[in-house]
Amino acid sequence: MKDIIDFRVDPSAYCHWSVVYDGPVANLIMDVDEREGLFDGYELKLNSYDLGVDIELNDIVQRMRFEHPEVKVVVLQSGKDRVFCAGANIRMLAEASHSQKVNFCKFTNETRNAIESAEEDSGQNYIAAIKGSCAGGGYELALACNYILLTDDGNSSVGLPEVPLLAVLPGTGGLTRLTDKRKVRRDLADIFCTVEEGVRGQRAQSWGLVDEVVVNSTFDETVQCRARAFATKSVKMDVRQGIALNVLKRDVQSDGSIDYEHIQVALNRELRQAMILLKGPRQAAPVDMKTFQQQGDQAYLLKLCRELEDAILHLRTNELEIGLWIFRTQGDPESLMAHEHLLVRHLDHWLSREVHAYWKRTLKRLDVTSRSLAAVVEHGSCFVGVLAEILFAVDRSYMMDDEFEGDTRPIATIALTEGNFGMYPMGNDLTRLETRFLANPGHIDALKSHVRKAIDAKTADDLGLVTMILDDIDWEDELRIFREERISFSPDAMTGLEANLRFAGPETMETRIFGRLTAWQNWIFNRPNAVGTNGALQRYGTGVRGVFDRKRV
Amino acid sequence: MADVINVSYDTQIPNNVNLSSDRKVLKALEKWHPGYLDWWNRLIPRNLQQSMVYLRTAVSVDPKGWAKFDYLKMPDYRWGILLAPRLEGRTIPCGEHKGQPAWQEVPGEYRNLLKRLIVIQGDTEPGSVEQQRFLGLTAPSLYDMRNLFQVNVEEGRHLWAMVYLLQKYFGKDGREEADDLLRRSSGSDEAPRMLGAFNQETPDWLSFFMFTYFTDRDGKMQLESLAQSGFDPLSRTCRFMLTEEAHHMFVGETGVGRIIQATVDAMTRAGLTDASDINKVRDLSVIDLPTIQKKLSLHYTLSLDLFGQEISTNAANAFNAGIKGRYMESRIEDDHLLKDSTYKVLDFENNQTVEREVSALKAINMRLRDDYVKDAEGGIGRWNKIINKAGIDFELKLPHQAFNRKIGAFAHKPIDPEGQLLSSEAYSAGLSDWLPTTSDGDFIESLMQPCYEPGQYARWIAPPRVGIDNKPGDFEYVKLHMA
Ligand SMILES: [Fe+2]
Ligand SMILES: [Fe+2]
Repeated sequence: MKDIIDFRVDPSAYCHWSVVYDGPVANLIMDVDEREGLFDGYELKLNSYDLGVDIELNDIVQRMRFEHPEVKVVVLQSGKDRVFCAGANIRMLAEASHSQKVNFCKFTNETRNAIESAEEDSGQNYIAAIKGSCAGGGYELALACNYILLTDDGNSSVGLPEVPLLAVLPGTGGLTRLTDKRKVRRDLADIFCTVEEGVRGQRAQSWGLVDEVVVNSTFDETVQCRARAFATKSVKMDVRQGIALNVLKRDVQSDGSIDYEHIQVALNRELRQAMILLKGPRQAAPVDMKTFQQQGDQAYLLKLCRELEDAILHLRTNELEIGLWIFRTQGDPESLMAHEHLLVRHLDHWLSREVHAYWKRTLKRLDVTSRSLAAVVEHGSCFVGVLAEILFAVDRSYMMDDEFEGDTRPIATIALTEGNFGMYPMGNDLTRLETRFLANPGHIDALKSHVRKAIDAKTADDLGLVTMILDDIDWEDELRIFREERISFSPDAMTGLEANLRFAGPETMETRIFGRLTAWQNWIFNRPNAVGTNGALQRYGTGVRGVFDRKRV
Repeated sequence: MADVINVSYDTQIPNNVNLSSDRKVLKALEKWHPGYLDWWNRLIPRNLQQSMVYLRTAVSVDPKGWAKFDYLKMPDYRWGILLAPRLEGRTIPCGEHKGQPAWQEVPGEYRNLLKRLIVIQGDTEPGSVEQQRFLGLTAPSLYDMRNLFQVNVEEGRHLWAMVYLLQKYFGKDGREEADDLLRRSSGSDEAPRMLGAFNQETPDWLSFFMFTYFTDRDGKMQLESLAQSGFDPLSRTCRFMLTEEAHHMFVGETGVGRIIQATVDAMTRAGLTDASDINKVRDLSVIDLPTIQKKLSLHYTLSLDLFGQEISTNAANAFNAGIKGRYMESRIEDDHLLKDSTYKVLDFENNQTVEREVSALKAINMRLRDDYVKDAEGGIGRWNKIINKAGIDFELKLPHQAFNRKIGAFAHKPIDPEGQLLSSEAYSAGLSDWLPTTSDGDFIESLMQPCYEPGQYARWIAPPRVGIDNKPGDFEYVKLHMA
């Protein structure tokens, strides 16, 4: 096993994917190298995937947006004969610990979501061109695309065989996208999810499992033709030049703490907590988008987001016992506001939109992180706009009130910007403020009058923007007690509690995937019928069937 | 109660499964029938369809006298449904249900697995007919033409047999699968046959004989293991198919043997002893032995691919479920469960061929392949005897199992026929010595001229030692329709 799973990828080192760029169309080819599994003990046969394959895919989807804004249509296809994708590797799943499975599914879900939202966020339309068998996670990958073509060669099929084969669910969005996105009738979906060999040809189309079934001899041609047509219809503006995303630099200390340029992650293993400090900009905001684009991946708000995303993914996957993340910021609020304001003023600029959408996705990663999250608003902090959003993402926030003895930093304030009112919606399609003030929608309007004004502790408290304000006398003690209490609770109960409280309001496909589907899947992942020594997942591949406890729970 | 030994001809579809009282299935089959006839009629060249062929038709499943011979136009062949007699008290021979009474109906939990096996088997049957469709036009004799057509109509009947199972036991899904068996077609871009070897061309008669020797033998092994199925109707169907299959392999083995005979006879007559002097041999209008070896190597390795991955979960599932056994399952002395036993499989590790002990359950495919290799070796020995007897120093050999593979542990590895790993350059350079080249193909094709006179044979193939149904040498096996 590799010690640390690194989510940073250099495209020149891809093992499993390639992209052929053809003007506005990008052909994304999955050709998994079976010997390059992330862990030992399994081979990635038949284009099956593990976390390593998905880390590359995530990287591609991300680079597509920033490095290749000229791309309007991405055609997902297989580089292998007779198989599109067999889904998540089953041996890998059977050998993985529960936490590995859960983390793996979460990350792959996020990548599927990134593919799905690419059209809305970036005007990049993903279409799946299925030749060969497309099963389980393979079909879930196709489901995340906006359009699915299937060849009618009498063999190629789409299927979700998880239940009959493995006694688990199509848990990477499969069940939800079937009913909510493709609106497959529930009884047909019921049949579909219980037949091992899947569905082919016309039936796949008439059930709504795919959008189009094409005769095999003209399949490739039709796929390219559809791709061109989607590209022509696209309303995405023509952008010739993207920006390069160089591999992020970070310094990992021997104790696991990490230094990025703008972020410091300090671990305290005894207290099982991470202190995550986000630093404000040191340089003035770029004067215009042209300058921003010239700065490229060094532009403050983009780089900060990349660092934050990397820190989230790293801690989530590699630091399972760090149960409490505490966010801090330090920096000049005015300067940060100026950086953000440039982007807000130029929403018609492709790069501004990409950076916003990127923050949206990264903040969503935070929402679904199974760690206790807290924020402390200290003197000298800069919880402004997009960073203020963190205050509304965390489970609790504490703010310094009044002067602290010997503390010469500017008095703590926070500030809302236009960004907090719609640029970074959560998975439930509401803003974090709307979710926070579900009982009182009118309050949102009241908050708007504070846009881009410094809000001090008392006002923040009045407006309900922080959990608690504390003065010099209480600060240390209250925080200590909170932290000690928090990590004394059962981690499972915390995960369940937080996941439930964070998503008030309406259900969307996304909340249903991360809530309902994932929760059921994680339950099944813990049950002997799947993972017991005689369970179906554990026994898969031995030829011997699982033995089930027949009691319904 | 229908007579299960003798075949009822009272419906359109001859059968010993009491079809006339099984209205639903009869109706379904009658609905499928026109599509089948249409497939057949479009397949074989018109004038050959109209010719009278001396064919055997199954009239009984009694092993002592199951067939009768008569002249028939192929489209009039009575494609029937014939199951071997039911064995009283038969039990499931292997896997977790071992010892339970054999299933007479499809067990719900294994429905898909069973259906898949039947569809794959069913897909091969019409596949080979499609591959061989034009060979009648270049038949080296009426005797061979008749054998070709016999094989073809029986493969057609095997398709019927599988379709019957699909229609009778697998409901609506089964009917759709039955339709798709006619929709896929060998080598098609639209909808190819499911297995690679059935999408290759059979361009000439040497290929045909090699195909029936090697690929039909894979069919035999598959049928043997399906004959062990705990699903009794499948077992009974396959048991009867095996009696027909034996003839197909006979055609293959004697066909290749007769080609070898013609070659060595011609060499002896011309005073040639050096088999490697290809051009001199070819000048005699017979096929040189090295080219025969190349064809052998090609068809053998293609057939090995049909056994799938050496280590296979699907095969393990099927065995453990009791729906597919091993070759001669009932004669093997072990627990027939294989939960704790192991089996040696060939694998490729650190750039070499190694033997690895793996769970016997997962090595079911490998075991069947081993049995196949043993079975295939027999004929090679008999061919070599012909060469030997003529005093020519040449030996035909099965290449190493790692050579020229597209599936399994050795897929796409540059391994030569001796099993040595080469550099990819050396491998590419050697290929033309090991597998038929285009010019080999062109030469063979140049020999493929029809020979339609009764009792006459093309130069490159010797007459058979005995006729079909003990007919004399000049018997007119096919009365050609020359309109
Ligand atoms: Fe057959
Ligand atoms: Fe056959």
